[in-house]
Amino acid sequence: MTTSWLFENGRIIDPRRGIDRPGSLLIVDGVIAAEGTAVPSEARRIDAAGCWLVPGLIDMHVHLREPGQEYKEDVVSGTRAAAAGGFTGVACMPNTRPVNDCRAVTVQILERARQGYARVYPVGAISKGSRGEQLAEYGEMKDAGVVAVSDDGVPVLDSQLMRRALEYAGDHHLAVISHSEEVALSRHGVMNEGLTATRMGLMGIPTAAEAIMVYREIALAEYTGRPVHVAHVSTAMATELIRSAKARGVRVTAETAPHYFTLTEEAVQGYNTNAKMNPPLRTEADRQAIRQGLADGTFDAIATDHAPHSQLEKEVEFDLAANGIIGLETAVPLTLALVREGVIGPGRFVELLSVNPARILGVPGGTLSPDSSADLTVINPELAFVYTRESVVSKSKNSPFLGWNLQGRAVMTMVAGRQTFTLNR
Amino acid sequence: MKTTGYHFQQKHILGIHHLSPDDIAFILRTADSFKEISTRTIKKVPTLRGRTIVNLFFEPSTRTRLSFEIAAKRMSADTFNVTASTSSATKGETLIDTARNIAAMKPDIIILRHSFSGAPELLTRYIDAAVINAGDGTHEHPSQSLLDMMTVQEHKGRLAGLKIAIIGDILHSRVAHSNILGFTRMGARVFVYGPATLIPRDLAELGATVCASLAEAVTEADVVMTLRIQKERQSDPLLPSLREYAQKYGVTRKVMDWARPDAIVMHPGPINRGVELMADVADGPRSVILDQVTNGVAVRMALLYLVMGNS
Repeated sequence: MTTSWLFENGRIIDPRRGIDRPGSLLIVDGVIAAEGTAVPSEARRIDAAGCWLVPGLIDMHVHLREPGQEYKEDVVSGTRAAAAGGFTGVACMPNTRPVNDCRAVTVQILERARQGYARVYPVGAISKGSRGEQLAEYGEMKDAGVVAVSDDGVPVLDSQLMRRALEYAGDHHLAVISHSEEVALSRHGVMNEGLTATRMGLMGIPTAAEAIMVYREIALAEYTGRPVHVAHVSTAMATELIRSAKARGVRVTAETAPHYFTLTEEAVQGYNTNAKMNPPLRTEADRQAIRQGLADGTFDAIATDHAPHSQLEKEVEFDLAANGIIGLETAVPLTLALVREGVIGPGRFVELLSVNPARILGVPGGTLSPDSSADLTVINPELAFVYTRESVVSKSKNSPFLGWNLQGRAVMTMVAGRQTFTLNR
Repeated sequence: MKTTGYHFQQKHILGIHHLSPDDIAFILRTADSFKEISTRTIKKVPTLRGRTIVNLFFEPSTRTRLSFEIAAKRMSADTFNVTASTSSATKGETLIDTARNIAAMKPDIIILRHSFSGAPELLTRYIDAAVINAGDGTHEHPSQSLLDMMTVQEHKGRLAGLKIAIIGDILHSRVAHSNILGFTRMGARVFVYGPATLIPRDLAELGATVCASLAEAVTEADVVMTLRIQKERQSDPLLPSLREYAQKYGVTRKVMDWARPDAIVMHPGPINRGVELMADVADGPRSVILDQVTNGVAVRMALLYLVMGNS
């Protein structure tokens, strides 16, 4: 299989080098070639007219469900979905069964990833078993290959443990990713607290539940001087807290997810369990605040929080349904909608989905500079398609976007010059 | 009955939310015409002979289940009661599987009581039978609201323009929710009051006036409706004590003095006497609580009849 390619007539967008121009991109033996390099005879030529050539997209927040819940997803199926969505790398959260809180689980995931379709960056647990009691062994997990720690799914309630996690993770050069939720406020709720919940007779989760914990993380980051990354921000309140913390120099980074800038709590109507997630979909005012935060740099990254669940968890009463939706295959079109609507530009698109995730996680990628590994996403930003259940690559189909007319998608994805996805048309 | 240009078209009764003012008025007129049957010596008409009705109750209920069962039997339908606990359902068979199994035995109507909001709507996606919501979570209890409207109309001769005060735990009350929708839809003004911990967020946007005091809610009211305060609420500090609730939010004779002289007192039952409603008010001349129960049978007969007319 060739790993030499020539993409001609594309639009190269590489914000880390300040590049956004028409051009051709040469890949030789899986590595980006310098301009002026002779095109090897075996290189495959691809006409990329009308397409963006961008550094491989990195989703810094997914759930691959392996080990333990392979009926929902596994490393291979999840990375196949990632490749189909244009991602060359994914960071997988540790809430597997067992929890990824030690070398053995990390090694198992990475072993499986060798058969996968994207680079896999395991995230280890902050606490043993994600029980929120003792620190997990960050040093050993780091040696095994984790890039960050998080107790995603179960917030760290003990502030002292969170403080120690920030301090200790710093010693081992691991990012700390916070699932920010004050459970005392959220525990009874199944959707955003407000008019729709009142109308539907569902208990609500107040926006304050997120904001309070985001502020705690900011205070701890400010106090310890260690960086913290806030996952899946859903509220205007938390967005404003992050914006003001950044303005005074606190080392806080943040991500939001496509569903928070696309949908509101009204998507839950009809007791649609594919619109149930945690944090929940919020109001139009929150959605607008998230978009503003994406435009002004408050958010560093867009991550999908890809959370596969089978019909067993979703075709049930709304109160009993599992939280979460799949997102790997819809992130590109939903984020391109922001570009079309003028919220962000193409360069910012690449920063949010590639440059910044790589920087925050401390992993390679995020650029098309010569001599870097050819992790490349080719995006046709105009291509319209209907997102159907049959087309979903992930093992699970729990998406609120099924049946939507979407525009723009990855047509080819490449890791180290190896094709991981090509759109068949 | 006057039916010019109007046809009742609901296949299911999922909530007041789905009913138009015409639907509500038509149900109330139909119920009114059925009421007489329950006063006969032989309380039975053949209207639903050969029809099969399943009462599927996932939550304890005495009066609602009995009321539906009596209503069905007075219409000559065959009725069957299934009681299941939600907790066993979460461990074993899903609601959908249970419903599909029952549906495979070809009932005409399933009457569902469930502790989770939206369960009746979920059911309609998987089975063909008509579904009547007999109370789902904190969402809706349409037959209760209809019998409440019927009772008010009987006593006041109308619904439009009346002041309806609803006092108590609005947050957990599907009855309050259905009644806010129903009474406002029929032109009445609904005023609610209760501890702030028991008032759901953005309630005013449903069309109710959220009052700052008991006096504001009750003054000049035509109807004072109190709601049951649940004694057991897990791990959420909603109230310091029932004792204080009775003192500050309970409806006493003195409170009723603020209402119109001809005001009536209602309660969906079961009553915590001495907590949300004092015994002398519950049993006093203004109380129409037992009329509500009587009308419940007539309203449920009407609902069974009307959904069968559309099957």
